[in-house]
Amino acid sequence: MSHRWERARRSGRAVASLLAAGLLLASCTGPAAEPKTTAPAAASTPSGPLKVSVITHGTAGDAFWNVVKNGAEQAGKDLGVQVEYTSDGDPGAQAKLIDNAVAQQTGGLVVSMANPEALRPSIEAAVRAGIPVITINSGEDKSAAYGALTHVGQNESIAGQEAGKKFKDLGKHKLLCVIHEAGNVGQAQRCDGAKTGFAGTVQTLQVDISNPTDAESRIRGAVQTDSSIDAVLTLNSQVAARAVSAIKSVNAKAQVATFDLNSDVVAAIKAGDVLFAVDQQQYEQGYLPVQFLKLYRDNANVVGGGKPVLTGPDLVDKSTVDKVGQYVQRGTR
Amino acid sequence: MTTLDERLAKPRLTDRLVVRPEIGALLGAVVVFLFFTFASDKFFSASGAATWLDDAATLGIMAVAVSLLMVGGEFDLSAGVMTASTSLVTAILATQAGWNVWLALLVSLVFALTVGAFNGWLVMKTGLPSFIVTLGTFLALQGLNLGVTRLVTGTVQVSGMRSTDGYASAGFVFASTVDIGGTPFQISIVWWLGAIAVAAWLLVRTRFGNWIFAVGGSAGSARAVGVPVVRTKILLFMGTALAGWLVGSINILRFASVQANQGIGLEFQYIIAAVIGGCLLTGGFGSAVGAAIGALIFGMARQGIVFAGWDNDWFMLFLGIMLLAAVLVNNALRRRAERVRR
Repeated sequence: MSHRWERARRSGRAVASLLAAGLLLASCTGPAAEPKTTAPAAASTPSGPLKVSVITHGTAGDAFWNVVKNGAEQAGKDLGVQVEYTSDGDPGAQAKLIDNAVAQQTGGLVVSMANPEALRPSIEAAVRAGIPVITINSGEDKSAAYGALTHVGQNESIAGQEAGKKFKDLGKHKLLCVIHEAGNVGQAQRCDGAKTGFAGTVQTLQVDISNPTDAESRIRGAVQTDSSIDAVLTLNSQVAARAVSAIKSVNAKAQVATFDLNSDVVAAIKAGDVLFAVDQQQYEQGYLPVQFLKLYRDNANVVGGGKPVLTGPDLVDKSTVDKVGQYVQRGTR
Repeated sequence: MTTLDERLAKPRLTDRLVVRPEIGALLGAVVVFLFFTFASDKFFSASGAATWLDDAATLGIMAVAVSLLMVGGEFDLSAGVMTASTSLVTAILATQAGWNVWLALLVSLVFALTVGAFNGWLVMKTGLPSFIVTLGTFLALQGLNLGVTRLVTGTVQVSGMRSTDGYASAGFVFASTVDIGGTPFQISIVWWLGAIAVAAWLLVRTRFGNWIFAVGGSAGSARAVGVPVVRTKILLFMGTALAGWLVGSINILRFASVQANQGIGLEFQYIIAAVIGGCLLTGGFGSAVGAAIGALIFGMARQGIVFAGWDNDWFMLFLGIMLLAAVLVNNALRRRAERVRR
């Protein structure tokens, strides 16, 4: 008899713990699932609110992609478009996110193609499903072939050339180009571009962006072992900060320039630690595609005349850093 | 109710269920499924299901193999990066050396099985924890992936698979889609179901399955009763490597390109999926079906969050809380199960 009570109590406890788990699951909807204005999704009809899915290859928490996200979300606010931003650095996972957006019958797709071939089947499936696609940031040369309307980004070779040329004009002779994302073709193109624009020798160095300590010590090692390096080009603002402190710690003569801006880079330009920054104005890469997709839906407009829409490079140095710095502060440059 | 002997008493249904390792994962999967079905309108649709099953499939293939290894009492941290290594071997041989894809796949299979056997041999030979040994293999493979890729191609990704010999037939086997009611489902889901069936059959229907439980529960006792411990464990490591090759082949043929830094960090997802599925970190207990359900939860949550239109920033938080909840439920159920057993 007591036996059975014991059992009942036990199964009661199991049920309670299950319920608690259920509640725990349900309660995490708090911050994330803040009920947005969920108008009935009418993506395919050109009357309701347009829904645009922005799917990038940025890792969560990357400062650069945060600006792209801000741009896309601001465009959504300004134009009354429902913007959903997701990202995954793994090309396979990014392809699955694109499939996901297609399954949801999104009204428009904005995709960054760091690894175009991996995304090709998914993007072509989206195009077949009648979803307009705009590619951003990387994958310019494959954009039209996959059926995208246009590409919004910076031509990496041109940007690299500009940076190399600027270094040449400043009288540098040996350049170290720091690559931080294995597998990103765009970064290789930047360094190759820098080679073209720069008259002297160019070496590349591979570091890991997700491990700042490692990045710093590798750069330190490189400038220590070769004291003739007088210029370092980093391809990301976080790596730039690491390069500056690496060079300072060993009193090397090398001077840093970088792609992309953040408040550290702005401060470093003001202080003279960084010579200049190659800004690709990625805010536009978030903002413009949303606008283009809305124009396309409401007025069948296309932009660019079959050529990519370039958002950069815009070289920021001591002369322009004060104004641009304010915008960096608020996460829009 | 008086029985002569408790062993003759028919156990109640709840008791029979609660001793199954996968029950916690199953309940979790149902909760997650219902949750996202109500949170978004497209999650529970044919194309929605195709999306999250696709996400779960490649993770699931690995999780199933890893669960067998974990029941056998070992870890394989090189499993994640193995998916990239095998892709790279296949891609480099096919695109750079101009081999037929099938031949390249065969060589990368041999490569995978060799690394797996090496892992197992080293663990058994040295007596070091497999956590440490496979961590070494993981780092070594990661370095090989980057070094060899750059050496051979000059870049950090290998692409151009679509124009190789035999791509069409290999692509059909590893990377085609199956139309069900007009919705394309990835073939990887079929491979996943196959992997579940094979692993579950091995674990609960064969002598080898008994050996796995035995070596994971207590290697010493297993050896004492004549279980070939070394052979069993080496085969289990070769099993995760084989799964890594399968996933690597699916990936390279589907995405037609591979990056040198792919697969890093995935090994923990496999372990997590297996643990949600009821595997113990200490070995000797677990289930292949449970691990597959764990992978399904992962896939549903990962894509469900997107379907629900949540801000991507919270994604990892949600995943973490969900995994903890699943493991806590598992733990509670297991405690109860142990009481039932007694």
